[in-house]
This record gives sequence, structure tokens and C-alpha cells, in this order.
Amino acid sequence: MSQQEQAVDIEKVDKYTGDGFVAPEYDNTTVTQKISNIVLRADTPWGWYLAVAVLLPIVGMLGISITWLVLIGTGIWGLNVPVGWGFAIINFVWWIGIGHAGTLISAILHLMRQDWRNSINRFAEAMTIFAVMCAGMFPLLHVGRPWLAYWLLPLPNTMSLWPQWRSPLVWDVFAVSTYFTVSLIFWYMGMIPDLGTLRDRAKHPVVARIYGIFAMGWRGASSHWARYEKAYLILAGLSTPLVLSVHSIVSLDFAVSLIPGWHTTVFPPYFVAGAIYAGFAMVLTLTIPVRHWFGLQGLITTRHLENMGKVTLATGFIVVYGYAMEAFISWYSASPYEGFMMWNRMTGQYAPVYWALIFCNAVSIQILWWKRARRSPLVLFIVSLIVGVGMWLERFVIVVTSLANDYMPSSWDYYAGTIWDWSLYIGTIGFFLFMMCLFIRFLPMIPMSEMKMIIPKHRNKKDA
Amino acid sequence: MNHGPARPELRGLVAEFENEEAIVEATQKTVDAGYHHIETYTPYPLDELLDIQHLHKNKVALVILIGGLTGCAVGFFMQWFASVIHYPINVGGRPLNSWPAFIPVMFECTVLFASFAALIGMMVMNKLPRPNHPLFDIERFRHATQDRFFLCIEAEDPYFEKDATRQFLEELNPHEVNEVEA
Repeated sequence: MSQQEQAVDIEKVDKYTGDGFVAPEYDNTTVTQKISNIVLRADTPWGWYLAVAVLLPIVGMLGISITWLVLIGTGIWGLNVPVGWGFAIINFVWWIGIGHAGTLISAILHLMRQDWRNSINRFAEAMTIFAVMCAGMFPLLHVGRPWLAYWLLPLPNTMSLWPQWRSPLVWDVFAVSTYFTVSLIFWYMGMIPDLGTLRDRAKHPVVARIYGIFAMGWRGASSHWARYEKAYLILAGLSTPLVLSVHSIVSLDFAVSLIPGWHTTVFPPYFVAGAIYAGFAMVLTLTIPVRHWFGLQGLITTRHLENMGKVTLATGFIVVYGYAMEAFISWYSASPYEGFMMWNRMTGQYAPVYWALIFCNAVSIQILWWKRARRSPLVLFIVSLIVGVGMWLERFVIVVTSLANDYMPSSWDYYAGTIWDWSLYIGTIGFFLFMMCLFIRFLPMIPMSEMKMIIPKHRNKKDA
Repeated sequence: MNHGPARPELRGLVAEFENEEAIVEATQKTVDAGYHHIETYTPYPLDELLDIQHLHKNKVALVILIGGLTGCAVGFFMQWFASVIHYPINVGGRPLNSWPAFIPVMFECTVLFASFAALIGMMVMNKLPRPNHPLFDIERFRHATQDRFFLCIEAEDPYFEKDATRQFLEELNPHEVNEVEA
């Protein structure tokens, strides 16, 4: 096939709207070219520079917010008694939850042999890593004296003190740091064969050398693949319970306390479902524009979007079940404090936030019952943004309403974030998107080796 | 590439094939012909090749299991040592060795150690990292990570004879056959 013919082919593929998981025009050669050329092209698209130019000031704002916090202290946030947990915890739980979909897509769907995940897993794993970076910042800053954050670790010290092993907050330290490390290992290991491809395709010797270092001499020997596949499968098997444990432990931070609205057994599964829900929404929010800008419609097809829409709808319903159970148990428990908590959420000072959350998370997704909506990138994009906001509001409702109006009316208060709360939060969003920009430019965002695994199968199936 | 005056020692012969079916068929014929010291190089794992080369058994799972058990033990003893031996403190009359409360950290340590064992174990058993390899001297071998499939018969195979083996590989209908220098 001549160079020109191939170019024409790729043009056609970019507008693919068929029902397959890969456009039928793709073969091993063109998939490799398509994905690696995004990274190896010499001319960076101007849109990328534009995105970085917009995001860098926001990252700078994050830096300023952190600096000011370290200089002055957590008093610059809106925290006070009784609301001692505010944006920092809301954002921590929100970001960690977003990260979880990456692990779900790469690990759980891999174990279930859902091959369609092969074109979105790299992207989702990158999202996990950057989201966990953002999440990790908040507890470290919230400790008040971040320069002493290493006290969280079991290090021998002159006071002979150890962490309190029976506390979920210490479990959290282990859970989140393990989660970050394991996600990084999983991501890197999945990328080794692709880094080898980039090494072999790079025209510039320095570029080839850099990718070569990270590819560690991968040459695709079958004996290597055998061990690689086994290790990758077991890593997926390890990540699956890990992701459940992480968000369960995060929810125990709340559930182990005695605050009305927090002290419930439904929290671990409810938090895990919410995490996957928010994360899938974020995957949609990111992939829809990226596939449009880079012409990846032949690799991340309409069918992928439809499947992700279905998962969003299903996990959304688990979350709605969680809301229903919360309300039911607060009545059924016959505890006046629990009952008041729920009534206060629905009618109290934060009622608009509660109803906004119900609209975002329970009502807006109903449109996904229609196939046409699930197949429309625009509708999915809008729904995914609404869900992202809704999940943030959910954490706000859980954290703030329970604390602001707990047992003693004399200690009640109204809490709202200050400008520094917002600048830190928006700063992490900028940091997250900035990291995604770097990732898209320097690393293959779709796993080439795994895409090639599903091409022949796709071909052999006649009209499946 | 370093072409010395003397003919360089041969490490093997490598044949390039265009697609999955061709490499699977060629590898099967090579094994049937009695060659044992062979290796195939593919852009993605091919189950058929793992069958033919009997590669399904390996020790990766065992290494990961050992890693995980080590992590579990480390996680437990870290907490047990701190709470029972080094700084015993009575919290509401609960036992010092309150192992059920230690389970979350033990679990996290298990996963952490097992994951490191998976990455490092896979690398070490594959004799990686090895940034350079004689195969990389072959210009066409760049396609092994992209879209072509390679079969290498190594010189240490008892049946290996340079000309006869080359003849054999040529008959398998490859795209081309190259020599791998040692």
C-alpha cells in the first residue's frame, strides 16, 4: 500500500461511526502509525500550546494557594468548629473516586475479558495516577503542618511513638500510598511494549534513546510475553480488591465516627459505587474531546462511548440506591439525630445543594436509557460533566451537612469555602489537566500492543 | 554495527514474516523439524506460539505469591512489634495484639509487595533491562514491536548448520532472512 493510499484510509477512519470496537480499516501497521505519530510528530499542534498556556497559570495558582497555606495555616480556609472537615476532605474523596475508574477499566474489565477496554485503559490509568496525586495533596495540607506529614509513617523517632494502628486514618495512609504505587506499576508495566515501539519508530536518536531507557530493552520475545502476560493478569487481580479496599477505607474515615449521617454500614459499598460512577464520568469528559481533537474515532468508537454510558447509568443507579437507603435507614433507625440529619439535608440550610446533587446524580442520567443519547458524544459529554459536579456535591453534602448541624443546636454553624478553598480546588483541576496534556504529548495514550490483539479477532468475526 | 575483519561469530538466523498465520505455521514447522533453541518475536502475544514453544508454564505466579506473603508478614509484624513490644499502650482495655484492626494495613502491604514482585520478578526472569541486544543491529527488527513477526533459530541448537538452516528458513516463505551476529 502506498503512502498516499494509507493517508486517505486514515482520513476515512477518523470519521468512523460504525458499530465495531475498531474501525475495519485499521491493521497492525496503521494502528501503530496512528497512535505513535501523535507522540512522535515533530510539530506540536498549536492547540496543545494553547491548552498548556491556559493551564499553567492555574497550576501557578495552586502553587500560590499552597504557599499561602503553609505560611499562614489552615485558618485561611473556611474551617472552624463544628465544621472541621471541609473542602480538603471533599476534594480528597472526589479525586480518589475519580481515580478509581481507571483501575476499574484496566483491572476489573481485564479480568472479565472485556476486550473493548483496550483502547481506553491507558488513558484511564493515567487519569488514576494524576487524580491520586491531586487527592494526596489535600490530607497532607490539611494536617496543618505539612512539613511534619512524615509523622504519618511508621518511622522510629525520638518520642518512641508509633501511628495508631487501629485508626482508619492510618489505614488511609497505607491504602492511598499503596494505591498510588501499584497504579504506577500497573501503568508502567502496561506501557513497556509500547515504549519499545516508540523507541523503534523514533527518528531522532536522542528521542529513541530516552524511550529506549524506559522500554528496558523490550523486544517482544514470546518467552517474555508469556511472563509479561501472567504478571499483568495477576496485577489486575491484585488491583481489583485493592481499589475496593481503598475507597472502603476512605469511607471508614467517616463511618467509624459517631456523627449522624456518617455512622452507617452502607458507606463502603456506597462510596465504591460513587467512586466508579464519578470516575467513568471523568473518563467520558476527557476522552470525548481528545478523540475528537486527535481523530481517534476509529479506535475509541461510538460503541465504546455507548458502553461507558451504560456503565455510568448502572453505577448511577447503585448510587441512587445508596441515597435511598440513607434516607430509609435514617427513618427506620428511629434515632432522632439520624432522622433530623436527613430532614435537615432535604430542607435545611444546605437544601439547595442536596437537591442539586439529586438532580445531577439521579435525574440527569435518565437520558442514558435512550440509545441515541448514549451514542451521542455531545449528550454524553454534558451528562458526564453534570455527574462530575454532582459527585462533588454529594461529598459536600455528606461532609458539611452532618458536621454543621449535629447534636447540639447551640454549636451549629454555617460553613462555606473561602477564596483559598476554591483556588486550591481549581488549582488541582488545572494541575490534573496539565498532567494529562503532558501525557498525551509524550506517551502513547492508547495501548498499541493491546489494540493489535483485538484487530484480528475483530476481523474474524464476520458480522458480530 | 561493527564489521571486524574476521567473520563475526553467528548467534543465529532470524526470519521475518508478514502476519500471524505465517509465523505460527513457520514456527510449527521449525519445531517439527527438530529445532529446540528457537525464539519468536511478535508485536503482541500470540497464544498459538506460546503453545508451540511450550511457554505456558513459568514461575511468575510463584514469585508474586512469595512477594505477597512476605508483605503480609511484614505488615503484621510491623504493627505487632509497635503495639505489643516497643510501645505497649492500653487503649480502653483492648488487647495489645488486636489483630483484626491490623488487617487493612496487612492487606495493603500484601498488595504492595506482590506488585513489586510482579514487576521486578517479570523483569529479572526475562533478563531485562537489557538496553542493547544483537537483534537490534538488524534494521528490519524494528518492526518486531510494530507490525512484523520474527522467528530466530539460535546457533547453539544442535541441528543448527548455517547453510542448511538458512535453506530451511528460506523454504518457509519469509519476507527475508538475516544473520544475528554474536
